Amino acid sequence: MGMTMAEKIIACAAGVDTVHAGDIQTVTLDRLMSNDGTTHLTIDMYNNDLKHPRIQDVEKLVWIVDHNMPCDSPKTAGTHKKMRDFAREHGITFYEGEGVCHQIMLEKHVRPGELIFGADSHTCAYGALGAFGTGVGCTDYLYAMVTGSSWLLAPETIRFNLTGELPQGVYARDLILTIIGRIGANGANYMAMEFAGEGLHSLTMSDRISICNLCVEAGAKTALMEVDDVAMDYLKTHGREPKACFTSDPDARFAAVYDIDLSEIRPVVAKPHFVDNVVPARECLGVKIDEAFLGSCNNGRIEDLRVGAAVIKGKKVAPEVRFLVVPASREVYQQAMAEGLLDTFMEAGAIVMNPNCSVCWGSCQGVIGEGETLISTGTRNFKGRSGHRDSFVYLASSATVTASAVRGEITTADTL
Amino acid sequence: MGKIFRFHSDVDTDQIIASQYILFPTIDEMKTYAFESLDPTFASRVQPGDFIVACENFGCGSSREQAPGVLKALGVKAVIAKSFARIFYRNAINIGLPVIVCKELYDQVADQDHMELLMQEGLIRANGQTFTCTKLPDQMQRILDQGGLIASLNKED
Repeated sequence: MGMTMAEKIIACAAGVDTVHAGDIQTVTLDRLMSNDGTTHLTIDMYNNDLKHPRIQDVEKLVWIVDHNMPCDSPKTAGTHKKMRDFAREHGITFYEGEGVCHQIMLEKHVRPGELIFGADSHTCAYGALGAFGTGVGCTDYLYAMVTGSSWLLAPETIRFNLTGELPQGVYARDLILTIIGRIGANGANYMAMEFAGEGLHSLTMSDRISICNLCVEAGAKTALMEVDDVAMDYLKTHGREPKACFTSDPDARFAAVYDIDLSEIRPVVAKPHFVDNVVPARECLGVKIDEAFLGSCNNGRIEDLRVGAAVIKGKKVAPEVRFLVVPASREVYQQAMAEGLLDTFMEAGAIVMNPNCSVCWGSCQGVIGEGETLISTGTRNFKGRSGHRDSFVYLASSATVTASAVRGEITTADTL
Repeated sequence: MGKIFRFHSDVDTDQIIASQYILFPTIDEMKTYAFESLDPTFASRVQPGDFIVACENFGCGSSREQAPGVLKALGVKAVIAKSFARIFYRNAINIGLPVIVCKELYDQVADQDHMELLMQEGLIRANGQTFTCTKLPDQMQRILDQGGLIASLNKED
């Protein structure tokens, strides 16, 4: 029996020839990402709970302040300072104000074939470059930081064979929300979601990141895509080479296989309060909004800002709406400036903010109040996720979010 | 015996502890906000030795270890659910909080009922009935038996 991509990456990291779903392996990690969501607790455990505090290989560590950036209170300032001081003392690669952690990792660090732990659930985004990224808590992170290794249960894989191309006005966000709506919030729990087929080649790197990033919302342990010319071009542009490029064997065993014709996908919206509460966007038309958010590790890339700017150019944000535009990284921000996109958003009345997790995370500037409604390209719409516990978040594509900001109610870009 | 606090399916980690609290310096400073969005009185009513009982996919969403952390800090003895989201499950074991899969319990108990957990036997008693729990994988049972992942690492060192 052949092996899946996930099994091959785990076998490589474990130094064994064969791995199959259900096997538990001790693996060597290639890279360890942590952000300001939990690193202060990791440091406390490092200092207080370890018998022999040490870092196995500091070159593997990347620490990124992005969740509450810049900080919003003396308490957060203390948490950030703890992280900054520790990183300096130990020589850990450290970013602050550079952007959302997953975007930074993909721009600067991730290589195909790597096995990466990230202390953040959306680490599965790295599958867009053929790397096995998986989210862990700070105790697993600390163990990996000290030993360079961890144990991993090889997951089963659900395979999605993509054909065709997305229609005009339909985006990767619509595709992955449609898939999550179909399989459910725990439809891929403990599993890998693998995307392949000729339809994959029509998707940009930005599309791929958006798809892989959201797989954890179906419970997935990781998401994976084959490395093709599009991915290789991205790597080359960013000055990196692959560790290894794996593909699933023709006789690999999959837990399930879905055939998806991209041309059949239509704009959708995930309604409050679950990411799998997905309906055609037309069913939400007319829902009044108080705020719109274009950004996050899911949809804060230059491609998303171009889509948004094209929708809003020459128009105005509805007077009763705050429209937050938050590029996912400094690289994206500067590119958007160079292309004049930020001018377009500013002229329309949008609020353009520094690269960070913003309101997707619910503890940054821009959170919504009691009874308010947000339409967002963020990752989640859980109850209270973006502010008050009695508020409402709808998730949609960059185009739908921007069009809704203009009209003041949920609408698709083609009806503006 | 401990009291049951009963929750529905798909309780996510934002409900267990919301984003605005997780950068607080310590778990102890966060714990009074546990389940704030679902039941603001939870943290003041839960007593050491009480249990969380939930339906499917408990702990979905973010990888924040503060979620099992605040439950443990409040003295919750174990979380029993029909199923758990992956990262929460692993995090809970890593910090020494028992997470137990039991398919039948949720449908047979109400909020504030009492139950008894017999860890070694893998049994739960509640409302005059006995329920069988699913065994943990050996790897995870070893970590839990040693008091969590860091305790087990210190033992190896």
